[in-house]
Amino acid sequence: MIANSIPIGPFHPLLEEAEYFELKVDGETVVDIDMEIGWMHRGHEFISEMKTFTQSIYLVERICGICSTSHPIACVHAIEDIDNIEIPIRAKYIRTLVGELERIHSHLLWLGLAGHFIGYDTLWMWVWRYREPVLQMFEIISGNRNHYGMMRIGGVAKDVDPASIPDLAKIFDMLGKKMAMLAGAVKDDPVLRSRLKGVGVLSYDDAVAYCATGPTSRASGVRGDVRKDESTDAYGLVEFDEIVLPNGDVYDKLVLRVLEVIESVKICRQCLEKLKEIKGPILNDVKEISPGEGIGRYEAPRGEVFHYIRSDGSNRPIRHKVRAPSFVNIPTYTASCKGIPVADVLITLASIDPCYCCTERSLKVVNKENDPCLIDLLKISREKTERIRREINGSK
Amino acid sequence: MIGWKIFYLLVFPGLLFTGVLGLIVGWVDRKLSARLQFRVGPPFFQNFNDFLKLLGKETIIVKDSIKSVFVATPLAAFGFLVLISTMIGLALFFHEGFVGDLFVIMYLLMIFSVLVILGGSSTGNVYSSIGSGREIKLLLADELAFILICLIPIIKSGYQIQLKNILEVQSVQGPFISSVSGAIAFVIGILCIQAKMTLPPFHIPEAETEIVGGPYMEYSGPLLAFWQLNHYMMFVIYPFLLIALFLGGFDLHGIGILWAVLKYLLIIVIMILIKNTNPRIRIDTALNFFWRYATPISFIGIILAVFGV
Repeated sequence: MIANSIPIGPFHPLLEEAEYFELKVDGETVVDIDMEIGWMHRGHEFISEMKTFTQSIYLVERICGICSTSHPIACVHAIEDIDNIEIPIRAKYIRTLVGELERIHSHLLWLGLAGHFIGYDTLWMWVWRYREPVLQMFEIISGNRNHYGMMRIGGVAKDVDPASIPDLAKIFDMLGKKMAMLAGAVKDDPVLRSRLKGVGVLSYDDAVAYCATGPTSRASGVRGDVRKDESTDAYGLVEFDEIVLPNGDVYDKLVLRVLEVIESVKICRQCLEKLKEIKGPILNDVKEISPGEGIGRYEAPRGEVFHYIRSDGSNRPIRHKVRAPSFVNIPTYTASCKGIPVADVLITLASIDPCYCCTERSLKVVNKENDPCLIDLLKISREKTERIRREINGSK
Repeated sequence: MIGWKIFYLLVFPGLLFTGVLGLIVGWVDRKLSARLQFRVGPPFFQNFNDFLKLLGKETIIVKDSIKSVFVATPLAAFGFLVLISTMIGLALFFHEGFVGDLFVIMYLLMIFSVLVILGGSSTGNVYSSIGSGREIKLLLADELAFILICLIPIIKSGYQIQLKNILEVQSVQGPFISSVSGAIAFVIGILCIQAKMTLPPFHIPEAETEIVGGPYMEYSGPLLAFWQLNHYMMFVIYPFLLIALFLGGFDLHGIGILWAVLKYLLIIVIMILIKNTNPRIRIDTALNFFWRYATPISFIGIILAVFGV
């Protein structure tokens, strides 16, 4: 039997979470790909609107187990944006330290999984071995290995103990060396290179057209990093490079992540140095949030995460909107997966480091009689854009 | 006389010996791989426990499958492997055999791959059928190179087509691996084994993160246990065949026992090292590798062997 469509998911060893892809194949070559999201929808935005502001921060931490501090950072940015709340300088460094540690552990996690997906279990185990000290550092800093609970409106919840800074610096020294070794190994490994070079190419034009963010777009030569563009928290106060690679294939995405880890280690070291010198409070007391709306952006390991919060002066958000990076990165599969063999498609699917929990949202389209109907969503969206454009032109 | 034959087939060097040694070597493989990856690895009896546990599990037969083929293939493959191991073992340990037994072994080894393909395609599962398709392509890729390197000892031993005679020639002249053509054949042979056992980097038909186990996906319970036992038995059959063809067989007297164990471990360790330092390659890369590089090099080896190098 020759199959002409291969289902990937909803449950598949490639996917840590439930998600459905349908590959239309001709022999072993993929001619078309269809994506279906919504298997993991949990209604976080709605739940958040029933919680207080402080509780929502803990709630959005549970959106994703891997970028579990990117969502809180973006969320507190959004709330602080409503009242233009300034945070203490020491809190800025701690936020950046925790955020960058998360980037290190997330990129290492991906690197290991990528090794597993291409059947290279030794790479998987070795990389995860080096990821373990990062989790230990989280434990030293926050007391937790996965959900840190560090973010608060107006600062951070827990100070970095000055006595623990030498220990942390020692681990960073080890990590820096190992990452330099790993970068050398990945760049020089002829087997990895021949397996991943030129696989699943996302061109510069496609990356722009699909609005890809994060490592996915930066590996295609598109500049754009919220850390550089907005310089929130301590990102304006530390030295680091924005890594951009030109080719857009899986190999470039892999090298880019390793180089970003090295940059992150650099940022963390600078933060630790500053934390030795700077003393002071870590939390500004915020009594209440005035009516208004605010947006928060943060460069999560997978790309830009965006939070929008509207307040009516009460103690809870009346609208909380989350846009995770994978939501815009997943549609790039349409550009990168066509015309390549099944074996390559699977590593390409993994190459954007998709986080489905973050992405999931549900949508019910109904007509005037409240019956579900399937209308082309693109058509509705274009009609709305047209309408807004007409209104703007009309008001002029 | 017939009693001895049954003993050869069922106890030594056939079913029991190959099965038990295979499971033990399977443990060596798992343990060594684990240590290479900074893991602890399974305890010694893990493979035996796995096998026995699977025997007690329910066998789920897929509704859409061709039931007879689905059930028969793992058992038939097991039977063929027992036969092959008996033939190789008789030549290695008892210096017995019949004219042309090497050719029969080559045929039967190919039938094993054919049975994997049959079993996989009998289930009607998409992943299994893709896995079977890949197994066919992999068989097409490695088979010619494997046959060619098996011809080199035949040529070097003065056109003997019996394993026993090949071993006798080697005991006089020294192992064939000491010559250029023999060394080439040994290296290509290890790569062919890696492909025939679908070990990394050639685990393309199984590819658990792509096609979820490929041909074996729908198997469960005792049938899966037999597929796993088949896999571990090949850890005995292929290295023994290489030892017989290129390393001069076993000399089971005094210090010879130590050499025998070392020869076997050498091949196993090389296989495990290759397995743990390579990602899975694409099926077109595998075809490319075998047809463009391995097969021509084997041809060169044959030409060298004809000229006696």
